[in-house]
Amino acid sequence: MSKEKTLQNKGAEGSYRLENFRRRTRYTTVFIILAIAFFVIIVVNINSGNVHIPLSRIVNILLTKNGDPKEVDIIWRIRLPRILMAAMLGGALSLSGFLLQTFFENPIAGPFVLGISSGAKMVVAFTMIYSMTLGYTMSSYSLIGAAFIGSLMSIGFILIVARRIKNMAALLVAGIMIGYICSAITDFIVTFASDSDIVNLRGWSLGSFSGMSWSNVHITAVVVGITFVLTFLCSKPIGAYQLGEAYAQSIGVNIRVFRIALIMLSSIFSATVTAFAGPISFVGIAVPFLTKGALGTSKPIVVIPATFVCGAVFCMFCDLIARLAFAPLELNISTVTSIFGAPVVIYMMINRKRGMK
Amino acid sequence: MNEKYFELSNLSVGYNKKTLIHDICLDIKKGEIVTLIGPNGAGKSTILKSITRQLEIIGGQVIFDSNEIRSISYKELSTKMAVVLTERLKTELLTCHDIVATGRYPYTGRLGVLSHEDEEKVDNALRAVNALDLGGRDFNAISDGQKQRILLARAICQEPEIIILDEPTSFLDIRYKLELLSILGRMAKKNGITIIMTLHEIDLAQKISDKIVCVSGDHVTRYGTPQEVFQEDVIKELYNIDNGFFDPMFGSIELMKPAGDKPEVFVISSGGTGIPVYREMQKTNTPFAAGILFRNDMDYQLARLLACEVVTEEPFEEISDENFERAKELITGCSRVINAGVHIGPGNRRIKELLEFAEAQGKLE
Repeated sequence: MSKEKTLQNKGAEGSYRLENFRRRTRYTTVFIILAIAFFVIIVVNINSGNVHIPLSRIVNILLTKNGDPKEVDIIWRIRLPRILMAAMLGGALSLSGFLLQTFFENPIAGPFVLGISSGAKMVVAFTMIYSMTLGYTMSSYSLIGAAFIGSLMSIGFILIVARRIKNMAALLVAGIMIGYICSAITDFIVTFASDSDIVNLRGWSLGSFSGMSWSNVHITAVVVGITFVLTFLCSKPIGAYQLGEAYAQSIGVNIRVFRIALIMLSSIFSATVTAFAGPISFVGIAVPFLTKGALGTSKPIVVIPATFVCGAVFCMFCDLIARLAFAPLELNISTVTSIFGAPVVIYMMINRKRGMK
Repeated sequence: MNEKYFELSNLSVGYNKKTLIHDICLDIKKGEIVTLIGPNGAGKSTILKSITRQLEIIGGQVIFDSNEIRSISYKELSTKMAVVLTERLKTELLTCHDIVATGRYPYTGRLGVLSHEDEEKVDNALRAVNALDLGGRDFNAISDGQKQRILLARAICQEPEIIILDEPTSFLDIRYKLELLSILGRMAKKNGITIIMTLHEIDLAQKISDKIVCVSGDHVTRYGTPQEVFQEDVIKELYNIDNGFFDPMFGSIELMKPAGDKPEVFVISSGGTGIPVYREMQKTNTPFAAGILFRNDMDYQLARLLACEVVTEEPFEEISDENFERAKELITGCSRVINAGVHIGPGNRRIKELLEFAEAQGKLE
């Protein structure tokens, strides 16, 4: 190798190191910004509501649980569980979207557009009403279980369609149709069910973070926590899968097992969300896209945690707006997430250069 | 070294249990370059997909290092075999370095974090394909030729014993084709990496391969060294060529000869000066004759394929009366005679007479 060439290579290596450094800095910056946003939004969220409580008293209540019993109640029984649920479910929903996008190799896939949330909703509504007529109330775990079954049903259908149709746009249309069918059946069930709980059910079936209890928080923390860890541990095969099935297999991924794992993880995430907060639109598509854009990479090992935090921030923010925009009237969470999420999706579609056939 | 390294024995391959090609028997040695050639849709890729386990093998066996390939786990196989596929990669926000680094997958830990050593190997792989400067670029933003090099670097980075490439030279311009093939040649000879690939460019296949596999119809029609396989009829039959020629000497492909049996032009040349004239005749579809050429003249190789008639003489002999008369006859029948630049020496001094003969008829150009 000539001297000139050696020098040139050295230069390239140097700039590559610089590049690596630049990337790390970028990742760190994004994570710091997300962390700050996370805490700011929690503070704002806990500090706002129909009843005004000064910040100093909130801090006191949070630390000691002492004070005006009414205020303690508002903070500890209403606002805090709601915020925590919005955070965890937002993160879960975003990751569910990310996993589905990986699976279908399509950035516009998500639990809502593929009809997975609606499938979960349908089965939950059905089992809820059925158990009510028998005089039982469903436990949180059985709610998640029902939602999980519903999710798998929708995904199963999508997979059958996907086997016949390779076209991604058609796949999405199929998903949206499944969503409509499931929603229609849900409405049907709800309309014909009697009783007082229907009011509650209707609110839930449109999507909302209201009325969360601490037991919900605990269960969600366990389910989402475990699923998150498992997903993070899958970041290596997910990275391989981003090159396509054939390459992934050639570097040692057992595709069949891995595909099942992807479907299971994303279904558990979206089932948990649907079980507690109902179907929530667009978060699963918009958040992973924004996160990847901010990080400038799609490497799962950084994208997975960042997407989770970003989803948490996004949903807490949307929930804040849902609560405050027309207070004391509350908006559906999907109304707000659509307003912020749908434009992002449209932007994505316009900006995509290739891949979408 | 008689031990079998990579052996396909009575292999049947195809899609959905339907056999496309049956009874493939190949015996590939370590460090060999084996190229599959054959017409489009003959199933060359199907064979590659089957031996890389992307497709279910229908019958027979693939033995790799004395193990049946299906008994090797994906993980273990991934440390021994790397692939470069034809399908386009759809990536999102991944740099070339990221792509190449996936080659380290079989060697990294649970989370796939690259060690310092891994990083070095990525750099080395990039260097091997002269693409170190592409490392930081977005994979979607580079040219097809560069992409192909990056994918090869990815395979190299996997440190395999065997690399399988499906049409690695498609989309590449001639320079990158040569570069890619020379890299492959170097890897095979220097590092003992076995290379199995499909190529469309039979001329390149002839030059780079140790063994050639001809795939046509539902079976392997021929398997052997380039010398054995690259014969005019074999290639003609393999690709079903009826509109041109394959020249096994240079591995070049020639278009059909000008139509007509009666030459209109007589070309006199020697030592390669005739070739551009022959090609011109071919393009203008003018039937021509050539002569008088020694059989070891390079002009003869092309004249043989394109001319209606070639008057030839045994090398280093004096031109015989018979041949001389035949040439005169042809000149008389032609309307033009082209002297493409002939070197006249003691052996072919009668060419001079021939030129004078043409001159006298006023046909010489």
